[in-house]
This record gives sequence, structure tokens and C-alpha cells, in this order.
Amino acid sequence: MESSKEQAEKPLISKGIDGFFRDIYYIFRFISRFFKEVLRPPVEVKEFIRQCYLVGYKSLALITMTGFITGLVFTKQSRPSLAEFGATSWLPSLIAIAVIRALAPLVTALICAGKVGSSIGAELASMRVTEQIDAMEVSAINPFKYLVVTRIMATTVCIPVLVGYTGLVGLMGSFIDVHMNEQTTLTTFFQEAFKNITFLDFITTGVKAVVFGFTIGVVSCYQGYHATQGTQGVGKAANISVVISMFLIFIEEIIIVQISNSIR
Amino acid sequence: MKSFTPEINMNEKVIDIRDLYKSFGSNHVLRGIAIDVHKGENVVVLGRSGTGKSVLIKIIAGLLTPDSGYVNVLGREVDKLDTQGLRELRLKIGFCFQHGALYDSMTVGENLAFPLKRNTPHIKNEQVKRMVNVVLEAVGLAQTINQMPSELSGGQRKRIGIARTLILRPDVMLYDEPTAGLDPITCTEINNLINEVQRRFNTSSIIITHDLACAKAVGDKIVVMKEGQFVKQGNFNEVFSTEDDLIKEFYDYNFIQ
Repeated sequence: MESSKEQAEKPLISKGIDGFFRDIYYIFRFISRFFKEVLRPPVEVKEFIRQCYLVGYKSLALITMTGFITGLVFTKQSRPSLAEFGATSWLPSLIAIAVIRALAPLVTALICAGKVGSSIGAELASMRVTEQIDAMEVSAINPFKYLVVTRIMATTVCIPVLVGYTGLVGLMGSFIDVHMNEQTTLTTFFQEAFKNITFLDFITTGVKAVVFGFTIGVVSCYQGYHATQGTQGVGKAANISVVISMFLIFIEEIIIVQISNSIR
Repeated sequence: MKSFTPEINMNEKVIDIRDLYKSFGSNHVLRGIAIDVHKGENVVVLGRSGTGKSVLIKIIAGLLTPDSGYVNVLGREVDKLDTQGLRELRLKIGFCFQHGALYDSMTVGENLAFPLKRNTPHIKNEQVKRMVNVVLEAVGLAQTINQMPSELSGGQRKRIGIARTLILRPDVMLYDEPTAGLDPITCTEINNLINEVQRRFNTSSIIITHDLACAKAVGDKIVVMKEGQFVKQGNFNEVFSTEDDLIKEFYDYNFIQ
């Protein structure tokens, strides 16, 4: 019996490649469990709202500052090039396309991957290594539903809202610069800004935001929920949550942009 | 020794384990464990670190699955239960973790109310408050209700951990190293509390420890574990009137001769 067990533990290809495919299988199993649990009552409204507060409201200050500076700096950097062709009147339109199509979702997602992803990864990992998750299980509480489903839902719902907010704040940053240089009014700025923005742009950005939010939630919850190696595992879970989330966000960005361009 | 005679019903087995095996890779942790725990009985499992004591109670609570063997708790075979069956069984099992495992983000009161509210959705807030106060008083820590776990001492955390399990009125208590890392006075308080829980709530318990003073104070039956197997069992005097090196070593180390 022991020898058959040892045989079963021998890698099929190599330890690293086997481990990679095993991880992918476990992540898909984790995601499928999320979809099963999310539809099953009871709904964890209180914990979901608490997580929305932590993911959304607690990120507002950082998002505001980053979004505003991104819009302002991008406008300042673009001005000299456009001024060469006497095309500074295109600035609102250019900035709006850049901010709404790319900068808002990407900047928000990267900031949330760092702030929210690491926090969720570390919190769940710490709960795992201090046996708090086991304590929930033995108290007949479903820790997956209470801890994981609420956090993934919160990131999936709140990050799109934050993306919209970042876009608005970024455009306000741009408006400040345009107003100081061309004395453009707010109404004119926004009329010009949205001239070249299509419905598809909003849809694409919305899809990106939802996908990024879901990715951050899944990756950080998975890393935290399956943490091992005591306190060292907590730091590792937080770190890997950020690195993998950021990597996946860029991959997803490329895929979604390719799809939207093929539709356009 | 105990200051009271527990009401042990030798005809009613609450835990019945036979031929239990569990391995982690090539590490064979449990090798054919067999144990009975009767209604109202405190069974102490003694052994050095890494002998599989905690694995045993994690299998009883359904946190780990055995490789093979028969595990029956309160008339149900644990590894054959579905999710709902396991949930129902766990309501009758209280598991006290080594470091308390209190929820960091909740106050003591919320820690206690949480499993109660989750498992009895229609319970009124006044009733929850009353039950929280009752169990907090039972462990002598009523004044900590609004404190965060980080503000408690190691002994207090363990007592709150015990209170959190008591709030669901379990029939079986599983204690994982209840006195580890505590000073002798706090150890005595925890031992008294374990006995008080047995007397007041008529629970059956498995106490995992390597502390002989604890074993002597709370155990109605002592089981000594070595390399994944039980090597000796009986009451304290029976177990320690032996020439077995491991048991003598244990006894000498604990200086309670």
C-alpha cells in the first residue's frame, strides 16, 4: 500500500510543471466553488457591506490623489506635443480617450492590487495560520462563504465604482490644467472630452473593471485562504497576491483591448 | 486529583475510534489508533510533540480526513457525513485551539455571539447577550466582554476560546494543548475550568497535552501516544506505575514525583 502511494506521488512530467498545472486546477476549483457558494443562501450582507467599506471607501483617498495627478500630469506632458501643431484644443478629447479607455481602469486596478490585494491576502493568511478559519469550520460556520465570497464580491462590485470615480477625478485634474492655460469652462471641457468617447468605450472599461476586480479578489483570497508556513506564509501570501494580480491585470488588459478593437 | 466524581456512563460511547491511519506523504502520523470515550468522561492523550495528537482530534472534528479506519462520534461516522451532516455534528463538538483562535477583528462579546447568531438565525439580541454573559461568567471573564483579543493574556484567550465553544452547548469537548505556554497558576485555573465544564455541562472530552500536571488534574483516563500508536492507557496511577522508558521520561521531566 505504501509503495503504491509513493508511486502515485511521483511527478508525471516534472515537479515544477506538475505543480503549475495542479495550481491552475486548484484555482479553477476555487472559482467554481465561489460561483456555487455565491448563489447559496444565506447572503452575508453585513460582512459584504463591511468589505465594501474597506475595499471602496478606505481606498478613496489614495485613488483620488493618484487619479487627479495622473490626469493633471498626462495633460501637462501632452500639451507641448499638441502645441507644436496648434492642436491644444484636442487636449480634452485626447485625455478623455486615454483616461477612460486605459488609465482609469489600469491605475485603479494596480493600486487596488497593491492596497486591497495585499490586505486581503495577509488577513486571510493570518486567519489561516492562527487557526481562525478552522475555528469557524468547527463552529459549523462556512468560512468560504463568510470570508471568501464576501471579499470577492466586494472587489468585483467596488473596483468598477472606483474606476468610474478615478476617471472623473482624472478628467478634473486635466480640466484644472486646461482651464489654467486656455480658460476653458467646465461645460466646454466635458463637451469636448466626450466628443470621441463611444458607448463601446464605456462597455469595455466596465468589463475591464469587473474582470480586474474579480481577479484581485480571487487571487488574494486564494493565496490567503491556502497559506501555510506560519507567519512567513502571511508575508508570502500578501506578496504573491500583489505580484500575480498585477501580472494577470496586464494580461487581461491586452486580451480585452484586442477583443474591443476587433469589435470597433 | 479531581475534587469531584464525574458521572461517567460506561454504557454510552460518545467517541469510538478503530484502526485509524493517517499519513502526510511519507510521514505516517497515526498507525492504527483505537480509543473509546464514554459519556461524561475526560480522556487525556499524552505524547511528545509531533506524535499525531492534534491530528487525532482534527480527524474527530472532521477537519482532516483519515486514510483508513472507523471514526464514530455521537453515533455518526465522521468521514461518511455530507456537508450538512458534518455541520450538524460540529454543533455538538466544541474544539478549543491551542492559542484560542479568537477572531482578531471582533471583540470578546462578538467572538462569542458570532457562532450562536450564525447557527440560530432567528435568535433575539437580548437572548444572545444573556447567553454570552452566562458563558463569560462561567469562565470568570465577564469583565472582558468589550475587549479585543489582542488585549487579553494567553490564559484569558484560552478561557475565552473555551467560552466560545460552550455557547453552543456541545456534548463533546476537544482541547488542543490547553495549558501549553502558560504559567503554573494559570495552568491550574485552566485545569479547574476543564473540570468545571465537565461537571456543569456534563461533557465528554479529549484533552491533548504533554503536561502531566494537567493530565493528572483533569483525566479520568490517560492514553500515552508514541510514534502514532497508543502504548499505554488507564488511570493516572496505572499508566505511571510502569518501567517503560518513555513514560518514565515523561514523568521525570514533569517533576511531579
